[in-house]
Amino acid sequence: MSSWPQVGAIARRSIVRTARQPASVIPPLIFPVALMTVNAAGLQASTDLPGFPTDSFLAFALAVPFIQGALFSTMNAGTDLARDVQTGFINRLALTALRDWALLVGQLSGVVVLGIVQAVFYLAVGIASGVDFASGPAGVALLLFYASVVSLSFGALGAWLALRLGSGESIQAMFPVLFVFLFISSMNTPRDLIDVEWFQTAATLNPVSYMIEAVRSLIIEGWNGQALALGFGFTLVIGIVSIALASSALRTRMTRT
Amino acid sequence: MEERANGIEVQGLVREYKKGPRAVDGIDITVAPGEIYGFLGPNGAGKSTTVHVLTTLLPPTAGTARVGGYDVVKEGPKVRAMIGVALQEAALDPLLTGRDHLRLQATLQGVRKDRRKVQADELLIRVGLEDAGDRKVSGYSGGMKRRLDLALALVHMPRILFLDEPTTGLDPQSRTALWEEVARLRREEGVTVFLTTQYLEEADVLADRVGIIDQGKLVAEGTPAELKAEIGRPSVHAIPRDEKDREKIAEFLALFGERLDTTRDVAVRLREGLGLTDIVRAVDANGVDIVDLELKAPSLDDVFLAKTGRTLEGATEEAEVEPAQKRGR
Repeated sequence: MSSWPQVGAIARRSIVRTARQPASVIPPLIFPVALMTVNAAGLQASTDLPGFPTDSFLAFALAVPFIQGALFSTMNAGTDLARDVQTGFINRLALTALRDWALLVGQLSGVVVLGIVQAVFYLAVGIASGVDFASGPAGVALLLFYASVVSLSFGALGAWLALRLGSGESIQAMFPVLFVFLFISSMNTPRDLIDVEWFQTAATLNPVSYMIEAVRSLIIEGWNGQALALGFGFTLVIGIVSIALASSALRTRMTRT
Repeated sequence: MEERANGIEVQGLVREYKKGPRAVDGIDITVAPGEIYGFLGPNGAGKSTTVHVLTTLLPPTAGTARVGGYDVVKEGPKVRAMIGVALQEAALDPLLTGRDHLRLQATLQGVRKDRRKVQADELLIRVGLEDAGDRKVSGYSGGMKRRLDLALALVHMPRILFLDEPTTGLDPQSRTALWEEVARLRREEGVTVFLTTQYLEEADVLADRVGIIDQGKLVAEGTPAELKAEIGRPSVHAIPRDEKDREKIAEFLALFGERLDTTRDVAVRLREGLGLTDIVRAVDANGVDIVDLELKAPSLDDVFLAKTGRTLEGATEEAEVEPAQKRGR
């Protein structure tokens, strides 16, 4: 029996569940855009700094929602999976012919679909606000692809946390920790313009900086191979490590002979 | 798939939890194809652990178990293909509808695409949820959730069905409906049913054979009639008109048999050869003041009492109090 229909069924469930929870759909769309709007209004003066890469802070900040939205969906996907562990739904799945990998791939496929929907929304907001994409239509396509890779990686991270902790509350408690990574990145200032030394070091060591910079490069620079390679590289490393950890945790959680 | 007899064979099954009790302690069970086997016992007796082992969710610590001819340890996927399971907690997704659940389950169980919708419709009708199939499960009552759980267990037409306390918490009407469906599955489709319960009536009405488990050990096994026949003698239960006469009546009834430990009334298990008429005559002759006198045939609770020294109700209460005390420590 092929496992792909199983992957499709699990992905469909993941999407349907999220779509039926407005509290899971609306915040990842609205909050990142709201934060971007506030920052763009308050920090426009930053563009006057010598060496600032653009004269539109909105164009500079548009990269952030892509990563912040993915963080939101990570939490939601993780919480949903943790709830399956708590309620015993995972036992129901374990009693079927479902293969372990099909559950993980299905779950992550659902997260990726939702990640792409979010990315399309942020793109639409950016274009409607007058942001030009320096990399053109091909860059927009690459941006959507990159958004799906980020969703996959963060989704795997959420799945690992869910399977390891087995509690929705614990996943929610991790949310601020992940958010710290966003705020100590280059989200509001280019790394070379950060004046505080420890902050600049932290932002340089923080992989989230490179994810934001990859998106940002497509929007305001055009095609920057180094930024894209670093962004994709860190995202893939996070994804591969998270998928490996999630697979191992799933085998432990879905105990069956 | 190769045709196999849909029976269950368990030998010396043990399941020990790390730093925990021996939840299942060397049980032997044989369930014939097409039989309804009632696994009766109080909370914490080892019923659910046994079901988890037989359905491949837990590996046994020792012993062997074959379900539908397949070894539960070495041939887990083949066992799972043969069985339908409704676990004690009907784990359903509150955000999905009944039909969503059936569609998901059918896909995961490998039901052909062109059969999935038909199968879902048929099962919804069969469990009486045809009008609620498109509603989210969050709006279902406990009985509706149980019925959906049963439908999900049947989606791939299993040859063996495991039902772990399927009627706990159900109203009498839902309970009867579920009993009828289980009986029909056995009668018309030859499905083997392994049913755990803590309800005597359920085991009595539904099961062809009953195994009684207590503290992980199988303490009795047989048809309900055989088990009751082992006890043999009926009991007499009297309710005093005045509660202060209770002890006096107990002493009086003790002349006719050994006293039973009951709280609601005064009861004795009658000695061989005695009947209700003997007691009625004696009551009349001695002017004993009672409002009700009843002769009860032996029940499965009597069997449980005879085998464990406790009533099933009392054992269940003990099992519920014990964890609470442990938590309190």
